[in-house]
Amino acid sequence: MGALAAPDAVSPVLSVRGVAKRFGELQALRDVSFDAHAGEIVAVVGPNGAGKTTLLSIIAGTQRPSAGEVVGPPRARAQGARVGWVPQQTALYSKLSVAENLRLFARLEKLAEPEPAVQRMLEQTGLLERASDRLERLSGGNRQRVNVAVGLVADPPVLALDEPSASLDPRQRERLWEFICARSRGGTGIVFSTHTLGEAQRFADRVIVLDRGELLFDGPPQAFMRQVDGRGAGEAGSLEHALVAFLEQLGR
Amino acid sequence: MRWLLRKDVLILARSRLLVALLIAYPVAIALLIGFAISRSPSRPRVAIVDETPPGQTVEVGTRRVNVHQYTEHLFSQVQPVNVGTRAQAVAKVRSAQVLAAVVIPPDIATRVSSGTIQAQLELIYNGNALVQSLVQSQLRSALAQANLGFSEQIQQAAAGAIDVLLRGGNLGVLGAPTNLIGLSSIPPLLRHVLARQPPGPDRAALERVAAFADFAARNLRLSKNVLSTVGQPIRIHSVLLHGRRTPLDTFAVVVAVTVSLMFVCILLAAGGVALEREERALARLVRGLVSRETLLAEKGSLAAACGFTVAFAMLAGVSAFVTLEWSRAGLWLLALAFGAVAFGALGVAIGALAREVRAASLLAFLLSLPLAFLALVPAGSVASGLYDATRVISFAFPFKPSLQALDAAVNSSSPALGVSILHLAALTAVFGLLARVGLRGAD
Repeated sequence: MGALAAPDAVSPVLSVRGVAKRFGELQALRDVSFDAHAGEIVAVVGPNGAGKTTLLSIIAGTQRPSAGEVVGPPRARAQGARVGWVPQQTALYSKLSVAENLRLFARLEKLAEPEPAVQRMLEQTGLLERASDRLERLSGGNRQRVNVAVGLVADPPVLALDEPSASLDPRQRERLWEFICARSRGGTGIVFSTHTLGEAQRFADRVIVLDRGELLFDGPPQAFMRQVDGRGAGEAGSLEHALVAFLEQLGR
Repeated sequence: MRWLLRKDVLILARSRLLVALLIAYPVAIALLIGFAISRSPSRPRVAIVDETPPGQTVEVGTRRVNVHQYTEHLFSQVQPVNVGTRAQAVAKVRSAQVLAAVVIPPDIATRVSSGTIQAQLELIYNGNALVQSLVQSQLRSALAQANLGFSEQIQQAAAGAIDVLLRGGNLGVLGAPTNLIGLSSIPPLLRHVLARQPPGPDRAALERVAAFADFAARNLRLSKNVLSTVGQPIRIHSVLLHGRRTPLDTFAVVVAVTVSLMFVCILLAAGGVALEREERALARLVRGLVSRETLLAEKGSLAAACGFTVAFAMLAGVSAFVTLEWSRAGLWLLALAFGAVAFGALGVAIGALAREVRAASLLAFLLSLPLAFLALVPAGSVASGLYDATRVISFAFPFKPSLQALDAAVNSSSPALGVSILHLAALTAVFGLLARVGLRGAD
């Protein structure tokens, strides 16, 4: 669904190379490597404690890897562009309005012209009429839209979202995915983590399966389901069934 | 930093209740502390039962001292409540209308006059340990002052009687001969007689009498000095080692302003840093948009600026009631600025370590109040080991150096302003570093 813009195999917008993360005795990530390309939607899935949030945090730059590196496209690096980041919970100022939040982060991102960027995000997220409302007065869905808008205000080449639809109702979830897919069609690479495997199956071009910090699979969702079926797991039918079967096959 | 500052000012402006509390609470606390320090101890309210007959006197040689003078001295030391009987006095103590009661017995004059039996007062009080301590400290001091005043009266009477014995004249005592010769007149008179006396046993006897009279007169003169020495054996001569004498009211102003400065700066800085964490915006900021150092500097500076403004406004406002030297205003600003920055640094350290606004506010309060009280503990009022501990704690936090800096700026007291400013600068660096360590895990 998000693959209208053909992935550029030669020049990925994001390269995760041999990333490992250790918290004391706990090895949260082990030698994880993959690429994300322009316009591609990559879902990071796995059970609780698999290392999804840690991987997203390292991609977003809020944590440093113990080993390995995360590299963006050369042109974006030269322009000082960062990976756009949408944390799981809204990371914004509740006493500021929607526009003030966007304006603040546009300025902190040192955009040459912050106002047009703010207007663009307000239009794209459908929050133009709520621009002057304080965040504390918005619904959870609208707050998450602002959260995503702030992650995109600097028009980053790649956007990392940590369980973006976790606190949304079905209608809000649908609207959020419409917006994310539109960005993907515009060429933004999307990497998101989720527990809702139906979303990964429906929207992702590729899934990264993590468990106990290890990357166990990297490929299209259909390929993952076929692989699980091929191992005699029966008719997987859905990505969710496939993942459960896959982990059971591995004895996890 | 500019945009972060603007954002925080906007958030502050939209949190009016918080701002009002942040300003009103420390100012109220500061005024209470200042009031408590500057207010001289009030005279205790005491019921007095004077059972002595009217006009009764204590006889001192040829002089008489009215016992009523003792009552007057006592009245000047307390808030007297006259009652007629001991039972009434006891009732007033029981009903807590008075702190205590003093009963002056009818035989006080007879006992003082006897010179052998000590006069005795009755002191009646009850209440909890605090009241008992107050009676012990305040009332006993008042009674001692009254005793001293009365004994001075008796000394004066005794000195007058000695004067009459030395100089002679009319003693004024019923039955005494008029125009008596004084003891000091006897030696020259005898020497005059001796000059015309031929040698022999009579002359030798007269010479012995003259020698005794001379010795007695000289010693009687000395006894006057002895009397005054016994009345007040040791006088106090005060020597201030450093600086100049600080009036209590201006010191109280300095304490009140420093307390306000501390509360505003610490609470705002701690709350500001903790709010970034609570809103989960910290991770978003420090992933390349703003460095942790800039973030801490911004929070500390904003808090310091607010605290500085409140403190200076307080100082200026108070100057309408207490005389302050406006020619030293430059030094006030310097002391307030360094104090504000040091408190701001302590605040950001608390905010970075506490991680959420409520915990940060609680920690700020829990830390600030004891710091203020510890810094005000006078030397000698507690055991030396405990005092040393309070000094170490006070040295490690900005309250005492800020107080000393402002005291030096306002009252020219010691230590010098420069010393306190250096101390504050060092503490700012230490707490800034601590705050940076606290933010290390802001992932």
